[in-house]
Amino acid sequence: MKILVSVAWHSLLSRKKTVLLTFVSLWIGIMVLLSVEHIRLQAKESFNRTISGVDLIVGAPSGQLNLLLYSVFRMGSPTNNISYQSWQMLKQHHLVEWAVPISLGDSHRGFRVVGTTHEYFEHYQYGNKHALTFAQGRPFEGLFEAVIGADVAKSLGYQVKDKIVIAHGIGSTSFTHHEQAPFVVSGILAATGTPVDKTVHVSLPGIEAIHLSPSALQTIFINPQAQAALAPESVTAVLLGLNSKFATFGLQRELNQYADDRLMAVLPGVAMAELWSLMSTVENLLRAIAILVLISSLFGLATMLLASMNERQGEIAVMRVLGAGPLTILVLILCEALILILASLTLGVACLKLILIALDDWLASEFGLFLSHDILSPDVMMLGALVILATILVSLFPGLEAYKSALHAQLTNK
Amino acid sequence: MSEFAVDIQNLEYAYPNHSDLVLSIEQWQVNLGERVFLFGDSGSGKTTLLNLLCGILVPSQGSIDILAHDLPAMPNRKRDRFRAQNIGVVFQKLNLIPYLTVAKNIELAAYFARGGSSNKRHTDIAQRAQTLIQTLQLPSRVFHTPVKHLSTGQQQRVAIARALINQPKLLLVDEPTSALDASARDAFMQVLMEMCDTTQTSLIFVSHDSALGQHFERKVNLSHLNTAGGRGLA
Repeated sequence: MKILVSVAWHSLLSRKKTVLLTFVSLWIGIMVLLSVEHIRLQAKESFNRTISGVDLIVGAPSGQLNLLLYSVFRMGSPTNNISYQSWQMLKQHHLVEWAVPISLGDSHRGFRVVGTTHEYFEHYQYGNKHALTFAQGRPFEGLFEAVIGADVAKSLGYQVKDKIVIAHGIGSTSFTHHEQAPFVVSGILAATGTPVDKTVHVSLPGIEAIHLSPSALQTIFINPQAQAALAPESVTAVLLGLNSKFATFGLQRELNQYADDRLMAVLPGVAMAELWSLMSTVENLLRAIAILVLISSLFGLATMLLASMNERQGEIAVMRVLGAGPLTILVLILCEALILILASLTLGVACLKLILIALDDWLASEFGLFLSHDILSPDVMMLGALVILATILVSLFPGLEAYKSALHAQLTNK
Repeated sequence: MSEFAVDIQNLEYAYPNHSDLVLSIEQWQVNLGERVFLFGDSGSGKTTLLNLLCGILVPSQGSIDILAHDLPAMPNRKRDRFRAQNIGVVFQKLNLIPYLTVAKNIELAAYFARGGSSNKRHTDIAQRAQTLIQTLQLPSRVFHTPVKHLSTGQQQRVAIARALINQPKLLLVDEPTSALDASARDAFMQVLMEMCDTTQTSLIFVSHDSALGQHFERKVNLSHLNTAGGRGLA
């Protein structure tokens, strides 16, 4: 076998130009396929790691996707709020371990502002149950303190103790800038690769304060006791952690039938799965394109081998005379194809890895994408095996052609 | 046990899907160790006969015994192996794989003769190849040169080395000198004869150039031997 591989290798070398072009086309095809597959897997993982450890999300009735989008992904607008009393009820419910409120609707220079409580920093988890950590500073304590996500700090260049202005509405240039409500950055969260990075967190009374008239604000500045009057009337959603996972469905049913307020409870996992299935069209489209690119390169490989058959008639006749059976000739052609595809696979994986390492910082800062460098996941390995299988199938065309010409090979004196 | 290197009985051959016979030989034998010069006009069926003798073509009728083995009766794989082990072949050209080195070309012949099994006699073969190259008066540096960089004369001598590496009992040679100039041709004939002498190989030498017949004790005109009517079809 060793000598057959060596013959195949020299045969490829003897046709450097066409082989090199085929190799480049295979290499690019494989790179595209592997990149798409790797990014797809990583995007799915990054999506699924957005939130963890939350058993139920409670908000006003709309749809579970809508609730998930605005409470977790900070996309779209909440349709309605739930009452402050409902949050208190949830907090005191015997099945509930913790209840973190979220109040949305304001923005700071294009970044969403979330009103919440201290418990947010204790209970919000992402990825494989990672808690939030502070890169600098501490959680907010006073009325006019804010905690900002890593992306906010990076793109706006904020440091701890900087003063920022929070506006009503969610555009980046809102008409009613609340110039009178200056906040101070008390802490900056470490990057998580989730929408938390793009969020400004303030206290629930803080949210109320930015909606006060200038004179009322003035009163609060002068007389801190008046802050007690800033009790919010409603919150947008509540994230719940339960004492026991087994109570999840019972509590969900109970909340959906709650009489004193109109509530809807959704399971984050179920809603995430539904959301991801919406993206599967794009996912499949990307995959289809990548596969088509690879298939066209594989046909290029088959064409190259097939085209070489003519000039190799003599060579095949020589092998026949030496005692090589037609099957040996077929194996030789398959060897050539396999050498090419293995070289392309190796180079493709190596290049992709280098690119990922090189673009690591840029992807994380520009897109919040945290792509693992470990390309050789079981899925990608499986894909590699499929590529090799496809190569063998496609190379059977020229292989069988060689087999046939070997069968009919004769000594000719031409 | 037959004493013949080649024993042909009632041989007939027609190309598939053609009714005209190309070759028809009632009886023909070559003794072990004998050297035969086979000549004839072009179209007399020389190449077809060689194809039949080395088992690449199978006769339509009759039998061909090579070294007492019924070649056409063998299954394909066995016939390929038999050819690799017992028959050496040298053509006019296209003897060697151009992109492989001289060493690799010779090694390949030995590999197929072993039937693609392990290369336990590898060093043996390299040794014998070296000796053959020296005996054929080729400079030893050509050993690791790709064949395409050699001159035609050198290539033909490498082709003999390759044909003899498995110590075949029968050597078939087809117009090997037509691409060579006169002095190269004489040198070629001389080494070929010396090699056959030392290895006691039966030789069938095919050429349309009857001048080369002077080197042989037995000359056969295929035009007389072949009684097929459809001459000129080959």
